[in-house]
Parts: sequence; structure tokens; C-alpha cells
Amino acid sequence: MVANAMDTRRSLRATLFLGIGLMAAVDEILFHQILAWHHFFDRSTPAIGILSDGLLHAAELLLLAAGFYLFVLLSRAGALARLHAWAGLFIGAGGFQLFDGIVNHKLLQLHQVRYVDNLWVYDLAWNGFSLVLLLIGVLLWRRARAAEQ
Amino acid sequence: MLLLMAGTVWFAYLLAALWQGRRQPGWPLWRLASFTAGSALLVIALSPPVMSWGHADLRWHMAQHLMLGMFAPIALMLGKPVTLLLRSVPVTVARGITALLGSSPARVLAHPITAMMLDVGGLYLVYLTPLYLLSLADPKVHVLLHLHFFLAGYLFCWAIAGPDPSPHRAGFRTRLVALFLATAAHSILGKVMYGYGYPRDTGYRLTDIEAAAQLMYYGGNLAEIVLALLLFAGWFRREAKRRMAMAVVNG
Repeated sequence: MVANAMDTRRSLRATLFLGIGLMAAVDEILFHQILAWHHFFDRSTPAIGILSDGLLHAAELLLLAAGFYLFVLLSRAGALARLHAWAGLFIGAGGFQLFDGIVNHKLLQLHQVRYVDNLWVYDLAWNGFSLVLLLIGVLLWRRARAAEQ
Repeated sequence: MLLLMAGTVWFAYLLAALWQGRRQPGWPLWRLASFTAGSALLVIALSPPVMSWGHADLRWHMAQHLMLGMFAPIALMLGKPVTLLLRSVPVTVARGITALLGSSPARVLAHPITAMMLDVGGLYLVYLTPLYLLSLADPKVHVLLHLHFFLAGYLFCWAIAGPDPSPHRAGFRTRLVALFLATAAHSILGKVMYGYGYPRDTGYRLTDIEAAAQLMYYGGNLAEIVLALLLFAGWFRREAKRRMAMAVVNG
């Protein structure tokens, strides 16, 4: 076994966690706390909304810790595949945001971006941005796989 | 008096560590340093100036609790004090201690979920009920609360990520779930205190309560991240050992 074999799959997974955790953290800190536009679960009382945010926060914290730990582990073993890592970050962040934008907002109707009349503008911006991130991630991933060959 | 106790325990640890240092395999210097740092945090948190600041300013009270309940326990437990104790006492005493620690009541107490309820549950009781007011009025309650914070915090940190070997320790997944629930509960409490102005009827300004709640929230987050990293590191080490052992068996 090669001593410094780059572990592409694990590199992607580590930054996938980081990407999801980061985007969830940005969402929670910016939109839930600072702007207070919504909570995770808005279909009940504000107290339940805070409860749901707490659960989200705990999940993102642990995801960030796990991703960070795996990332450091790979780096120290010289096994970090950089392109795969970047790809994972963008796929994680964009993927989470898109999942939130489609599944949480529209399918499950857990909450909306903002409770205004012109919600469609916010939805467009939210999902549009997530698609851009996801696209970057996928393109990076394809380039990474090509570089593997 | 608590200061004296903390100082005595630290001194005993120092003596034991130095004694171990003369034998094989010795005692790692960094563990001594960690235990010392934890003891120092305890001493600071319980020192008279910090105590009086904590009474006057809710933010200092929060800082005290963060030190007592989270950061001192983490630093102390990384010093592996129980391992050091077991190595320093006669074998018969060590066996007695091990039997006690392995007994059913001890195992239930040290289970991550139990520890979590004692630790975070205690927080809810203190801040959402008149218990906090009572502690300000009655010094005995006050001391008991501080003691509880430290003990419950130590128990929780150890249950999640303590390095002292424990054959009956709960599995990785249980501990991860316990850490997740505790983090969520802690964050929720911080937000509830911030948003609804708890603890109530204590004469604190709302801005002070908000600042204290933020300190609790982010300080707690930092401690929780550290615990998560320790948990992962411990899991990784055990996995690596297990895989090496399998390789030896199969190879």
C-alpha cells in the first residue's frame, strides 16, 4: 500500500460534512438569529421554533466538529485530495441549501425564508444561490475525477 | 474551604505524578499540565473576587459556571486522575476502587444519558425556577449549586469523552446522541434565557441577561466542540487499535 495514497473518497466526505455544517451555521446564525426571519419549525409556537433551532444548532455543531476532525486526520496522514476536498465543500453547502429550499420550505412546509408577500424573490435567490454552489461543486468533482485517471 | 480542597487534590495529584515519573512507564507531562490547568481554573472560579463579581454581574456568574462546569472538568479529566490514583495505591485498594466504579449504581450514574440529565437538567432547574434566587439568598444552597455544577459537569464530560479506561463505557453512538441532545438542550436554554429574560425577578437588567445568555451559548458551544473532537479522537484511537489487533490475528 502506498504510504501517502490520497484518499479521495474520505477527502470528499470530510469536506461534505464541513460544507453542510458551515451552510447550516450560516443559515442559523444569519437568518434565524441575527435577522430572525424564521425558525426551523415555524408551524407551532415561537418556543417550539426555538426548540427546533436548538436541535439544528446541535446537529450543525457536531457536523462541523466531525468534518474538521476528519479533515485534520487526512491532512496529517498526507492523504487529503485537494480537488475532491473543494468539491465536497461546495456540494455539501449547496446541497444542504437546496435541500432546505426545496424539501424543508416547499415540500414539508416547515418554514419559509421570510414571511413576506414577495416570497418568490427570496425563494429564487435562495435556491438559485444553492444551485450555483452545487454546480461549482459538481464541476470540481468532475475535474477531480478526471485528474485521478 | 472549597479552594483548600481543590488545592489539596491538585497537590496530591502532583505528588502521585512525580512518583510515577520515577518508574516505568512514567506519567506524561502534558497530563500533569492539563490537570494543573483544570485545578487553576477551579481555583479562579471559586476565588473570592470572582465569587463577588459573579454575585454582582450575571455575566461573571456565567463565566464562573463555564469554568466550573465545562472547562475545568475537561482539563481535569484529561489528566487521567483515576488512572493515576489506581497506579499509586496498593493493589488491594485499587481493586476495591475498581469494583466500586464498576458496580451497577456507578455504571447507571456514569451513563451519558444520566449524566446529561443531571448536568443540563440542573441548568434548566436553576435558571427557569426560583432556585437561582434561592441560591443568591442562602449561601448553603449557593455552595451546593456550585458543587453540583462541577460534579455534574465532570461526570458528563467524562461520560462522553473521558480518557480514563472504562470497560463498561457506553458505545460511541450512545455518547454521540447524548452529546447531541445536551448541546441542543444547552443551546435552547441559552436562547430561551435571551429571548424571555430568564432568570426572572432577580433585578438584573435585560441587557445583562442577554449578554450572559450569549456567553453561555457560545462558551458552551466551544466546550461542546472540544468534547466532540475528544470523542472522535478516542473513537479513532480505539478503532486503530482494533484494526491493528485484527491484522495481527489475521496476518
